[in-house]
Order: sequence, then C-alpha cells, then structure tokens
Amino acid sequence: MSLALIAALPFLGALLPGLMIRAGRTACATATGAVTALALFLLALQAPAVLRGEVVQTRIDWLPALGLNATFFLDGLGLLFAGLILGIGLLIILYARFYLSKSDPMGQFYTYLLLFQGAMVGIVLSDNILLLLIFWELTSLSSFLLIGYWKHLPEGRQGARMALAVTGGGGLAMIAGMLILGNIVGSYDLTVILENKDLIQASDWYLPALILILLGAFTKSAQFPFHFWLPHAMAAPTPVSAYLHSATMVKAGLFLMARMWPVLAGTPEWFWIVSTAGLVTMVMAAKIAFFKDDLKALLAFSTVSHLGLITMLLGFGTKAAATVAVFHIINHATFKAALFMSAGIVDHEAHTRDLRRLGGLRTLMPITFGIVVLASLSMAGIPPLNGFLSKELMLEEAAHTTWITPWAMGLLATIGAMFSVAYSFRFLAHGFLGPVRDDYPHKPHDPGFGLWAAPGLLAALVVIIGLVPMATAAWLVDVAASAVTGEAVHVHISHWHGLYAPALWMSLAAIGGGLVMLGAYPRLRAMWDATPRPEAKRIFDGIVEPLAALSRSVTEGLHNGGFARSLVLAVLAIAGAAYWAFDGGSHLAGSRPTLPVTPVTAIVWAVMVIAALVTPFLHRNRLVALILTGVVGLLIAPLFMLFSAPDLALTQLSVEVVTILLMLLALHFLPKETPVESTVPRRLRDAGIAGIAGIGIGGLAYAMMTRGPAFDPISHFHLAQSKPGAGGTNAVNTIIVDFRGYDTFGEIIVLGIAALVIFALSRTLLHDATVNRRLAAQPRQAESGDRHPMMLVVSTRLLLPMAMMVGVYIYLRGHNLPGGGFVAGLVFAIAYLMQYMASGYDWSHARQRYDHHALIGWGVLIASLAGIGPWFLGLPFLTSGYEYVHLWPLEEFEVATAAIFDLGVFLCVLGAILLALASLSRLALRTGEGANTRAYDIEEGT
Amino acid sequence: MELLVAIAIGTLTAVGIYMTLRLRTFPVILGLTFLSYAVNLFLFVSGRLTLNAAPIIGTPEPYADPLPQALVLTAIVISFGMTAVIMIMAIGGYLSAGHDRIDLDAAEDGDAK
Repeated sequence: MSLALIAALPFLGALLPGLMIRAGRTACATATGAVTALALFLLALQAPAVLRGEVVQTRIDWLPALGLNATFFLDGLGLLFAGLILGIGLLIILYARFYLSKSDPMGQFYTYLLLFQGAMVGIVLSDNILLLLIFWELTSLSSFLLIGYWKHLPEGRQGARMALAVTGGGGLAMIAGMLILGNIVGSYDLTVILENKDLIQASDWYLPALILILLGAFTKSAQFPFHFWLPHAMAAPTPVSAYLHSATMVKAGLFLMARMWPVLAGTPEWFWIVSTAGLVTMVMAAKIAFFKDDLKALLAFSTVSHLGLITMLLGFGTKAAATVAVFHIINHATFKAALFMSAGIVDHEAHTRDLRRLGGLRTLMPITFGIVVLASLSMAGIPPLNGFLSKELMLEEAAHTTWITPWAMGLLATIGAMFSVAYSFRFLAHGFLGPVRDDYPHKPHDPGFGLWAAPGLLAALVVIIGLVPMATAAWLVDVAASAVTGEAVHVHISHWHGLYAPALWMSLAAIGGGLVMLGAYPRLRAMWDATPRPEAKRIFDGIVEPLAALSRSVTEGLHNGGFARSLVLAVLAIAGAAYWAFDGGSHLAGSRPTLPVTPVTAIVWAVMVIAALVTPFLHRNRLVALILTGVVGLLIAPLFMLFSAPDLALTQLSVEVVTILLMLLALHFLPKETPVESTVPRRLRDAGIAGIAGIGIGGLAYAMMTRGPAFDPISHFHLAQSKPGAGGTNAVNTIIVDFRGYDTFGEIIVLGIAALVIFALSRTLLHDATVNRRLAAQPRQAESGDRHPMMLVVSTRLLLPMAMMVGVYIYLRGHNLPGGGFVAGLVFAIAYLMQYMASGYDWSHARQRYDHHALIGWGVLIASLAGIGPWFLGLPFLTSGYEYVHLWPLEEFEVATAAIFDLGVFLCVLGAILLALASLSRLALRTGEGANTRAYDIEEGT
Repeated sequence: MELLVAIAIGTLTAVGIYMTLRLRTFPVILGLTFLSYAVNLFLFVSGRLTLNAAPIIGTPEPYADPLPQALVLTAIVISFGMTAVIMIMAIGGYLSAGHDRIDLDAAEDGDAK
C-alpha cells in the first residue's frame, strides 16, 4: 500500500496549494513542501529493505483478466530516481517560493508542480507497463502546463506546445512498443518482463519493439534528432527548467532505457542505435552550448549533451558502463540543478541572462559566484568534484569501446569532453569573471538566503560526493546499478587511476583543448556565426503547420456551424446503418400474440397522434406548439397507466406539468413567433428524413413488441426479491431505491447539477449589461386586469397543505404501492409553483424558509448517508435493511433504510425543480414587470 | 394494440426529428421534447405490452417487467433536467446575441474558433 501512497500523495496534495494560497505564499509553499517531504519520508522508510537487496512490491488488482492492475515495485533504480525526484523537488519548492514574483499565480504553479511530481514518481515506481505508460503521458501533459506557465509569453506557449508534440508523439510510439513487449512475454508486469530476456531478444518483434520504445525514450530525453524541443522549453520559469531538466522529465527517458536495459540491451541493434544517438547528441549539443549567450540556453544544450553521454553509456551494454551511467545521473542532477538555479538568481538580480551583458559578477554576487564555481567546474570535469569522477569513468569506458574503429569512440568522447570544458569555463568566465560593468539592466547583488539555500546545498553535495565518493554515493550507485544490470555491482570510485589509464590523458587533453577554445572564443564565434545552420524550430513549424491546416480543413468541412446539417447527416447515417442491418436479417412478422384494441385506448391514441402530427404545421405560433406538446405529453400518461405502469403514469403527469410551466416561463423571453425561413423543398426534404426515421423506429418497435425477448429478462430476480430482499412490494420502487440505488444516486446528483447550471447561467445573464438592456426592452405583453386573481390566490393557499399531504402520502406509500420520492418531489414542487403563479414571485419568495440550493444539498447528503450507513455495519454502499414496527395507535408498519434514501431523492428533485424555475423567474423580474409585495393587486381602500 | 403503439412511437420520432431540423431554438427544444417522449415510450415497450399487470407484489400475477419501468421513470425526470438546461441556454443565447437562430453565421463562426 505504501508505494501506491507515495505515488498518490503528490496528486492528492495537488489540491492543497489552491486552497493554501489564500493563507499566503509562504503557507502555500509550506503545504506543498510538506506533501513532498511526507512522500520522501515514506520512501525513506522503504529504503533499508531496498538497500538490503529486496524488492518492495504493492499490488492492487483492478481488471486482472485484462492485465490492468495497479502494481508498484521499488528496487535500487526506483529508489534512486524517486529520491532524486522528491529530494530535488523539495529544493525546487523552496527556491520557487522566493523566485516567483507576487504577480505570478503561485497556487497554480505548485499544483502543476505536484501533478508533475506525482506523474514522475508514478513512472519510476510502476510495475505494470500500462500504468507506467499512463504516468508517462501524464508527465507530458503536466510538463506542458509547467513550461507554458507564463501564458502571456508567446515563447512559453510555443515551447510548451513543441515539448508536448515531441514528447507526446514519442509517448505514442512507446505505447505501441510496450504493447508489443507485453504481447511477446504474455504479461504486462515489468518484473515478469525483465526476467524474459531470451524470449524477447529471440522474437521477430524485438527490433520493432526496440525502435518504438527508444522513440519514446529519445524524444523524452531530447536525444538527436529530437533534441530541439528542450532549448525551447527554457521559456519556462527557472524553477521549472531546473526541475524538469536536471532531475526529472528528461531523465525519464534515461530511466526507461535503464529500466529496460536487462531485456533490451546487449544486442548489436541496441549498441548501434543507442550509443550512436548518445554520442552524436553529446558532441553536437556540447558544441552548440559553447556558442549560446543565454545562460539558460547554454545550460539547456549542456543538458542535452550530458543526456547524450548517459545514453551512450547505456548503449555500450556492459555492466561497467551502465554503472557509470547511474553514477553520472546522480552527479548531473546535483550540479545541473545548482547551475539552473544560479542562472535564475542572476536573471532575478541582474534582469538579464545574456552573457554578453554580464561579467564581473564575482565581486557583486560572491555567494552565487561560489556556488557557480563549484557546480560549473564539476560540469567541466575538474578534480576533485563529482563531475570529474563520472566523466573520468566515462572516458575510460569510451576508450575501451570499439565503434567503427577501435579509436573513434575514444576520440569523439574526448572532443565532447573538450567542448564541455569550454562551455563550462565560458559560463564562469564571461558571466562572473572580468571587470565589473556599469551597464547591467539592474544592479546585481546576492539574493536572500531563501533563494540561494537550495543551490548552495546542491553545491555542497557536489563537493562532498567529489571528495568522499565511496562513503556518500557508492552505496546508492551499487544498489541502483545492480537493479539496472540484474547482477550484484560493487563499484570502486577513485580519483586516481594511474598514469597508464587512458582516461587521464583524455581528460588532460579535454581540459587543455577547452582552455584553448575559450581563449579563441572571438575567432570561433565569428566562424560559427558565418556558417549557416538548420533552424530546428522552422523545420518543426514547417511540418506542424500543414498538418494543423489539414486537420482544420477536415474539421470545418465536416462541421460548418450548421446544426441542422450535422443532424441530417447523423440521422441519415444511422438510418443507413439500420437499413443495412435490416436488409441482412429476416423480415418475418413476430409471432407474439397481440393485445386487442379497446375504444378508450383508440381515442387516447388518436388524439395524441393527431396532436403530434399537426404540431409541424402550426409550430410557428409558439404558444400553440407548446400547448400541442403538452397535450401529447399528458396523453402519454394514460398510455403508461393502461399498460400496467402506474408509477410511470404518475411521474409523466407531474413532470409534464412542470415542463410546460418551465417552457411557458421561457417563452416569456423568446420571440412568440417563428419566422418562415426555410424553403418548401427544404421542408419537404426534412419531412422526408423525419419520415424515414419515424418509419424505421416505429417498425423496430413493432418488430420488438411482436416478439418475445431474445434473452430471458433479469426482472424475475427483481420481482422475486422485491419483498424478501428490499422489503417493498412495489418492484419499480425497490429497483429505484434499492437494487439500482447507485444509478438513482447518480441521477439525482445529475439533476442537482443541472439545476445549479441553470442557476449559474441565469446569474451570469443577470450580470451582463447587454442582456439587461435587451430584457428591459422586451415588448410588454398585454396584461390582464388582475395579475393575481383573488380566487386563484385563495384556492391555491387552501390547496397547499392538501397538496403537501398528498405528497407525503405518495412518498410514504412509494415502497409498496405506486409513488415514491420522485413523484412526491414533483407533487410538492407543483404545489409551490402554484403559489408562485397565484401570488407572484416576490410574495412567495419572501415567505420561503428553505433555500433551494440547500434542498439539493441536503437531498444528496441524506442519500449519501443512507448509502454510507451500511459501511459501519461492514456492508457495501447502499445496502438496505428494513424492520416492522408496531407503534400504538398505528397499525404495524415497516421502516426501511431505503426510505431514507428516497427522502434524499425527494428533496433533491424538489430543490432542483424549484431552483430551475426560480432562476428563470428572477430573469423575468428584469423585464420591467413590477414586483408585487402583497398577494393581491387590488389596492385596499380604493 | 402493438401496432397502434408502434405507430405512435414512429409519429413522435418523425415529429421530433422534423422539429429539431428547424432553424430557431424554440422549435428545436420542442423537437427534443418529442424525441424524449418517443425514446421513453420505446424503452418502456421493450418490457412488452401487458394489461392489468402492475408490478406490485401481492396483486394477482402476471407482473409487467419492472426494470424498463424503473429506467424510464428516472429518464423522464432527467429529460426534464436536460430540457431546463437547454432552455436557459436558448434564453441566454437569444438575450446575448439578439436572435435565436441555431446555426452559426459566417461571422460568428470566425469568433467561435
């Protein structure tokens, strides 16, 4: 359970920042930090077992038959990554608190951050690959929100879109690859897949699966040729860049390659694809980084380069190289996060990140300078810092790897390292050394402790890991590398490998070459500026724009804003499909005996059908159309009654009354006539389409009614269990409140939401100036002399208590006889509506003691309580019970918990109907109709 | 009797579809109401027609199928909710746009993008 909780905590916690921001920015950051810290604490509790070599597992079965289970596992690799994600996440939360300005919506930022964090933790803890894929896509989505956080900047939006398109597209490829993998092994559990190396590598589908999965990993980790999105994602606020590009997002691709390493690595295909992509990325990105003037762009390309380095090491496919890769993941996270945060500090203080406008910050920002020196020298690979240790090991591995020729890999790796030294030194030299200038956009000085605390801590780690790697990092590398390689790894990290180690000389060459490059920077820069280069963004836009145009033309071709046109197409398509099915089946008449026609039914039927048929001819007078609709609706009730459905008859009758009232009220605001707009051919066409659909549906209904059911109905169960199981004799009511209580629960909530939507919409309309002007300008209807006739007022008031009694009676008998909460709610609603009609809105509203919203709320609450109640007895949601009670002087009667549920239904229906109609009435008051405060219009004494 | 009910369902469907193909909001909403009647009746008759067989336990058998009845009962109430929501949308549309046409004009189409 605990692993699932670690993954779920950030998602649950994502609700907090939005609430806590009301208590201030510090409270918001503290709450966010507390969530992450708690998750980190839970992870730490699991750490001892993992360090002993155990694999911690959590399993929640969901759909085992489909292989869909929420399974999590934690091994060394998961521990390393989860630790990095949560640990650096904590530092980022602290940093962001002081980085974001007052105008930035901080609650939103922390919510996005936690969502992203949860998705990342989910990836590294998932055992089920389908679950992993879901988290994978969630990182793409949540990083989109983070990168585009500054919505007002076009670069932010474009960068976010590009990142989403590239990583999301790669994610789709990866889904296919993972499904192939799951299919080969016959299981979607990672732990099972990882044990089937031979099966997977022998499969014909190995190469397609490998390529698809690598597409996902390469796009996420910005490997060549998908590297271009990462620098554009730098438009994000610096805390986001520091988080996404040091420890998390881009490392997800590396994580996946490391995770799949035991089954995918070791083949020539893996070696050539992965190590080549890594090598090219490393060298190319390092070269570009050297020529970037924006601190964050430089760091972005440096990140791409380091990701390439790690990818290359994983591509070698040897245990030693994989171990170095793991070690470099740790080191890169520490120094790169520190550097990103420092770049953010410079930007924050000097208001620019452009190296051409900086320089001399050494004396102005000594603390930041100290952090940057340590981190950038580590990035350059200068002893004794931690970056040196892993870079030295990398060069050693490269020197012993044959790629095309025995020496090519070593040479290119050295060149990559040289560029890396060069841009690291340039970052330091052009940003911080040199003379103090007097033309900074803003006079820089060191920030407060809050801002430099996080990078400072990371810089300290850079030094500590660098000085005593065996004590601080080796244990973590051991356990993570063991998990990657599937064999026990005991790493030995040291600073000195002897004079004969090729890495020593490669390192020296790289440092020397890097210093020369820095010295020759102006000349190299002139050459660089003179060479034409492909612009990735332009190519990307060139591909995306035609695609977008294509999809736009398809969408607009299908939907041009014409409602009727879409509807005609839909009706014809459905009719065509139905005809196709009909044409393939038998057309024999059913053999079920039919019922004889009785005179009363024939009359009801004839009136109903005639009323329906004349509606299309008379519909331009809207009042007439409404009356005809009401006639049809009311006549359906006796049909229900006749065919043994008294409950439906009651409901139909009362709903019809309410519906017609609502429409009458609505007609008050709308034009009273429908103008003639469509041509005769068009009307004939519509009639033809309607006729086809009518004949089809009518024929289908006839065919159905003249046949017995194809399968035995399940209703025998409901009829048999109605009394013994639910304690009621009305089988329809017991289905509603008991057997299918869950459905009903959902339905009353939907009804409540519908009423709230109506309320909200009418409120919005009330606050709209145009709407108010149009309302006031509504043509006044000819009014009757007495808007509130005394006869009506008196009779409705007399009727009110009686109507309520009827409602209560219908509610109480509902469990055993036709009736129940739905009908009772409707009857009550009609009783109240009569008061509104007779005595006016204001008079009635002033006497209303219970808020309509509260009625809905109470209804849902009571229904929920009836549902939750059984939990305390250890029974499932909405289990009902009943008891017979004898209470003198009453007859023995039955008390069922389902009645409590039905009370909830009653209140919700009542509240929803009253709220809907009251909302419309409030609009009506704006039409200039005089509000009445008394029940009668007749002035007393006149 | 089955034939009469089938004709009624067909008629309600045809009228409903004809009305929803009109160009103004009010007839379209009336059309949807007709369609709701048709659909509810159709669902109801899937339990087949029976006379004097209300599903009240204790009365003489046989009983009508109670399940379609329960489904249709809630459907009737939900139809009301739906009608009410589109009604307020129609009113809002009319009051803000100044007309109650249901198709988007070319100019409005541009805004909607």
